[in-house]
Amino acid sequence: MTETTPENRFVKVKQSWLRKQSLGLLTLPVGITLFVGLWYLVTRLGNYPSFILPDPGSVFGEMKTIALNGLLWFHVKATLTEMAGGLALGLFGATLLGYILAKSPLLERLLGPYIVASQSVPAVAIAPLLIIWFGTGKVSKVLVCALVVFFPILVNTIVGIRSVDEGLKTMLRSLNASKWQTFIRLEIPAALPVLLGGLKIGVTLSVIGAVVGEFVGADRGLGYLINLAKGLFNTPLMFAALIVLTAISLSLYLAITGLEKWLLAWRT
Amino acid sequence: MTVPILQARSLAKSFHAIGGDLPAVAQMSFSVSPGEFLCIVGPSGCGKTTLLQMLAGLSPPSAGDVLLDGKTLAEPQRDISVVFQKPNLMPWRTVLENVLLPMQIFGLPYRRAEEKARLMLDKVGLEQFVDAYPNALSGGMEQRVAIARALVQNPRILLLDEPFGSLDALTREKLNLELLKLWRDQNITAVMVTHNIREAALMADRVLVLSPRPASISAEIPVNLPRPRVEDIEYTKAFTDLTFTIRKEIRD
Ligand SMILES: Nc1ncnc2c1ncn2[C@@H]1O[C@H](COP(=O)(O)OP(=O)(O)OP(=O)(O)O)[C@@H](O)[C@H]1O
Ligand SMILES: [Mg+2]
Repeated sequence: MTETTPENRFVKVKQSWLRKQSLGLLTLPVGITLFVGLWYLVTRLGNYPSFILPDPGSVFGEMKTIALNGLLWFHVKATLTEMAGGLALGLFGATLLGYILAKSPLLERLLGPYIVASQSVPAVAIAPLLIIWFGTGKVSKVLVCALVVFFPILVNTIVGIRSVDEGLKTMLRSLNASKWQTFIRLEIPAALPVLLGGLKIGVTLSVIGAVVGEFVGADRGLGYLINLAKGLFNTPLMFAALIVLTAISLSLYLAITGLEKWLLAWRT
Repeated sequence: MTVPILQARSLAKSFHAIGGDLPAVAQMSFSVSPGEFLCIVGPSGCGKTTLLQMLAGLSPPSAGDVLLDGKTLAEPQRDISVVFQKPNLMPWRTVLENVLLPMQIFGLPYRRAEEKARLMLDKVGLEQFVDAYPNALSGGMEQRVAIARALVQNPRILLLDEPFGSLDALTREKLNLELLKLWRDQNITAVMVTHNIREAALMADRVLVLSPRPASISAEIPVNLPRPRVEDIEYTKAFTDLTFTIRKEIRD
């Protein structure tokens, strides 16, 4: 009867996974409610001027106003577009280069130092240059975003591809698998956990990249909106923009985490 | 004398090491007849895996060659399957999907492949675990999956590199006998490398004893125990005599 044990374990693991999922879905709304409640209490008890710390009511009021007059969507759309473009570009470039470097230690030794050196220059410092070169439109923000996202995804791709099990590689060789088959059947699935880890960092960083670009020079986007609110001394508007920005980051992060759980279900 | 299915001719392999060349296999010549179960016994680290990798076409010899049906072997062949020291299962694939892998590589239609894979998993007694992931399996079950994966493509030759080396004695014995049954049913030729003398005596038609590194053949011992082999055979005098002979050859 010893042979039924693994199967029982299999079933048990699946159940506890489900329980963990429903718990995770509960923690988020509870956390948000607590946070807003605390915020309300602080503004109530401290009696700060709205210019320093607005109460939740005025912030949500502001948010409602810009949501209704279309301003919010206008800026959110701009930021999301830049992020999507930057993420796509950075992801594609970094994965491609990462794969090549992982396969060629010689190239990695040649290019590695320059890639690392390029990382010591903060994106905020490069953004003005990109704006001079590519204008204050979409392109410069997409590029800032791509630059910010590039490095972590590159490193994760190299680590992921390098960590592919030697035994599995030999096994595929013994089947005379082609390079393409090895790529599809072994390298991608084996590197997937690390690749998704890189994507998770990349997605969060892409928000930062877009906002940094918008700070430096733009006429739209949530980063621009924050800057504008600062000029107008409209702190509730600034809070509204910050909350929307956080919501975007968080939903993207959760989306990738969900994707991860689904793609890597075998790990539980 | 039958025509050999697999043949090693003056096979040798050295690795480039820091302090000069490191010979792992030196000047080995032997033949394997169709349908034979050949066991190669040698001390740990003598070059058994290196030898098997050359027989599989996975690593080129430094000198000499391997012949399959009289033709030089330059790369892995569909006719030759390998079971490695480790099970080498893909953790993201279920048991069934792992067994499907060779046929996906060879481009067999999915329906046909799945049918064959399920049949093979029945034969190794894993029909209840087709949808389990490898991390839910015991070591013995993992190696059974590896054997199913190796046999599913109907190879003519099965190469085994200490497939049961990491299993406990009871599981090992059980799998030894299961493997013998599969070998007979599928009518294949098997070459198994091991450092376990009892295992070699239980399975083989013929045992090659290797010298310490660099590996060369130090003795060839025919096994005339009756088939089908059963557990009880290990308690016969013929069996103990045989293990004694093998042990003596290894020591000398
Ligand atoms: N790729 C390699 N590069 C350099 N040296 C190697 C390589 N593969 C094996 N060797 C060396 O060759 C010798 C034989 O190794 P091999 O793995 O063939 O032995 P083995 O008999 O299979 O050992 P074990 O019983 O531990 O499985 C060892 O000394 C090992 O260090
Ligand atoms: Mg070995």
